[in-house]
This record gives sequence, structure tokens and C-alpha cells, in this order.
Amino acid sequence: MLSVRNLEVVYHDVALVLRGVSLTVPRHRVVALLGANGAGKTTLLRAVSGLLDVHDGRVTKGGVELGGRPIHGLGPERVVRRGVRQVMEGRRIFAELTVEENLRIGAHTAPRALGDNLARVYGLFPRLKALASRTAGYLSGGEQQMLAVGRALMSDPELLLLDEPSLGLAPRLVQQIKEIIAQINDQGTTILLVEQNASMALSVADHGYVLESGRIVMDRPAAELLEDDDIREFYLGLGAEGAARSFRDVKHYKRRKRWLS
Amino acid sequence: MRVISFAQPGFMLAGAVIVTYLSAEVGFWAAAVLSVLAVSLLALGVERVAIRPMVGRPVFAIAIITLGLDVVIRVVANGFIGLDVRQVGDPWKLDTVSVLGVEVQQRYLAMFAAALLMVAALFLFFRYTRFGLAMRAASFDQEAALAQGVSVSGVFAVSWAMAGGLAAVAGIMFGAGTSIDQNIWIIALKALPAIILGGLDSLAGAVAGGLAIGLFESLVSSYQSDHLPWLGENFATVSPYVLMLAVLLLRPYGLFGTREVERV
Repeated sequence: MLSVRNLEVVYHDVALVLRGVSLTVPRHRVVALLGANGAGKTTLLRAVSGLLDVHDGRVTKGGVELGGRPIHGLGPERVVRRGVRQVMEGRRIFAELTVEENLRIGAHTAPRALGDNLARVYGLFPRLKALASRTAGYLSGGEQQMLAVGRALMSDPELLLLDEPSLGLAPRLVQQIKEIIAQINDQGTTILLVEQNASMALSVADHGYVLESGRIVMDRPAAELLEDDDIREFYLGLGAEGAARSFRDVKHYKRRKRWLS
Repeated sequence: MRVISFAQPGFMLAGAVIVTYLSAEVGFWAAAVLSVLAVSLLALGVERVAIRPMVGRPVFAIAIITLGLDVVIRVVANGFIGLDVRQVGDPWKLDTVSVLGVEVQQRYLAMFAAALLMVAALFLFFRYTRFGLAMRAASFDQEAALAQGVSVSGVFAVSWAMAGGLAAVAGIMFGAGTSIDQNIWIIALKALPAIILGGLDSLAGAVAGGLAIGLFESLVSSYQSDHLPWLGENFATVSPYVLMLAVLLLRPYGLFGTREVERV
């Protein structure tokens, strides 16, 4: 459904952040994109959703196609109309507005289906319904994340881009977010999930990509990635034998170098 | 983009001037409608030419640009006024009605009704309509609004057109029944203490602030010469700004402005 081909993105005309990234997200699947800080995960999402412009970024090579049609030149509002929604990192809810007003703004491009989508979102997040008239900024972190996801669902997107939905949440809430992602996917929405929490992301995804310094360094089914030694060591914090291991024992930089080649 | 536009006095003056030229031709009401439309278009053009290229620049720079715009619009509008006073059409003449025993000129009642109507319309617009909500969202977080599919440039254009149209209504209602000269923009300047007093982002605050400033200025102009003569003559003219400073010292966000929503 979504295919990113050989994508190169430059910020401020000088900072090359993505160097030829290719990935595909098949329809009705969940694809996880893992990577350390600064690897370019958020940049990739911005290139898809059209928000690069705001940050003075530009696609210099390659492109993004949605269902065979290029979308990387479109503005964010046009991309939303094509059925792609990004849930930005850090939730970014409209803090001064009420919960329901936030959701109605999410339905900006689909005013006719407002009632149906509102019912669906309240069905997914009964907590939001109880809080409908509260000021969004006073919600707890988990509730705000639910609101951010619910807001994106208000235009019934075909493809949902989730940027670190587990950021700053307690383990039990992370588990809840994971269940919600699976549920949304069951209802027919394709999901590209960007995460630092690799174990959560890989347990819900069908396929995983690992991004490092602007390049895809691994591209395998999620189950295989979970078993991979390097992933276990660098992203899950587990040693080769499944035990925690001291950094003194491992020549960390050498292992990383092998990936980049 | 949280910018105060200082171009409003200019738009207000332009609205009044257009009516003075058209009301003789097509009658007051038609002239008023045409003037509001024309000033909205003017504001739209100004936004496109002078403000749009500044998106993302410091708020301060944009505010200064609106100051410059105000001067330009006022100079052109004043050119059309000339040195004389110009008559705005007069649908009410000097008719008065008695309200609770007080003789009130009809034109003041019309002004009051127009203000109430505008405030009610704006309140409903920002609260319930799709585009009104989008405008509030865009003013809070532009990038997040873009991600919701809101066209932020469209929001800018519409908000300038609305501001221009409303300023024109203000100018017309001020001039109706009397005449205008080159100095009526000073009235529009008093909007500044009114909105700051009420809280910059609050509609109810603008109404309360306007009433408070108006009452305060009237009271000062009536009684100051008797009770506080050492303040000198015409102290009433600066009294709104004094009141604004006093309120800001106690409540920096104004009477009804939202404090930053923040969880602690």
C-alpha cells in the first residue's frame, strides 16, 4: 500500500538525514520501524505525511507512493485527504480545547462521517467518552495518547503512522496501547509503527525494519527480528544467552560497524 | 501565530471612508455591505502580500509589519477624506427613544445591537463550526493542525478577511449618524487596552474589557475635573491605558484570558 523508494531527505539544505531508505507497508498489516535516537525515523514519517516543509526539510531523491501514486510532493492537508494520518511524537493534543473539540478537529477532512467516527473512537476508548467535555491539557499522559490516536482515527484513515505511542508511559499503559494498535489494525487500518520500545513494537507487528543513521540495516519478519542476536542485544537489552551483560565485555562499536557495512 | 494586528485602525477607517463615498449612490445599508466586503478583500490581499511570506518568522517582526500596514492604509484612506469632515449616511437621524426613562439616541442602540450580534456570531462560529475549531487549533499548534488536515494558510487568509470585515463594521457603526474625519482611528486604538484588559484570547473578555474601558473613560471625563483637577485637562483620553496597566500588574493574562494550560 505504502512504498518508500530510495528516499533521501535533507534538512536546511545541508543535513542529510535519510540516505536512500526503501520500505513497503502492505495493506492491513502492522509494520514496525525501529532505530536509535536520530536515526531518521520521525523524518521518514514526515516525508510520508507531508510535514517536512514545516521543518525546512526536502525530499532530494526517491519518493513515496501510496497505492501506486506519488504523494511526496503534496501538502499535509492533501495527504490527510488521501487517507494517511500521522500521530506525532509527544501527542501534540490541543491542550486548551476540550477532548471532544480535539476529536472534532480530527474530523476536519471528513465532516459528513463525524457521528460514525465519533462513535467508533468512543467505542475504542470508553475513557475518552467519560472525559469528553474536559480540557484536554489536564488529561493524564496515557489519556492524552489515547486522545491523539483517537483524533487521528476521526477521518477513518487507511494508513496510520504512529510515532512513539509508548513514549513516557508506564509499562501497563504500554501494554494497553499495544492492544489498541492490534484492535485498530483488526478494524482494517494499516499501521506503520515507529518505536524505541522494540519488544512492544515487534510483538504487535508483522514485519520490522531497523533504521540506523538514515539507512535501513535490517528488514525481516517481526518474529525473526525478535530472535535476532543483534536486536536482542542492542534493542531489547538482552545478552546472547538471554542474560543481562556488562558493556565491558563487548566491543560495542565493532558490532555496530558490522551493521553499517 | 499569536500576533496582535495593529492594522485594525486602518481597516476601520477604510470601512468608514468607503461608506461615505457609496452611501450617496446606493443608500446606507447597501453601502455598508459593500464596504465590509471591500475591506475584507483588502485585508485578504494584505495578508497574501505582506503577511504570508512572514509565516514562521518572529512574532515581533510580524507585529511591526502590521504597524507599517496601518500607516499605509491610513494615509491612503485619509487622502480620500481630505481636510473636511465627511458625512456617513444617516439611517437614524437624531431620533431618540426612551429606555427606562433615559433618552437614548437610536444610533447608540444600533451600535450596541451590532456589537452584540457580532459577538454572538463569533462565539457560535468559534465554538461550533468546523472552520472555527480549525482556526482555534491552528492558533494553538500549527504543525499539529496541519497533521489533522487543516489548511493553515487558509486559516490565515480567513482570519485576516474576518478581521478586516469586522473592523469595517466598527468604522461604519462609529460613523453612522455623524461624520468622520482623519482622527477617528484614535478610537480604534482604544481597542488595545480593551482586549488586553479582557484577556487577549477571550471573546467574553473583549466584551467586558470594552465596556469597562468605555465606562471608565466616561466616568473620568465627567468627574475628574471636579475631584482630581491636578491631573490636568483631557486626562480621560489616557485613562484607558492607565486602567490597562493597573490590571496587567495584577492579572498579566487579563480578566478572562486563559492561563497557560499546564499539568503540574
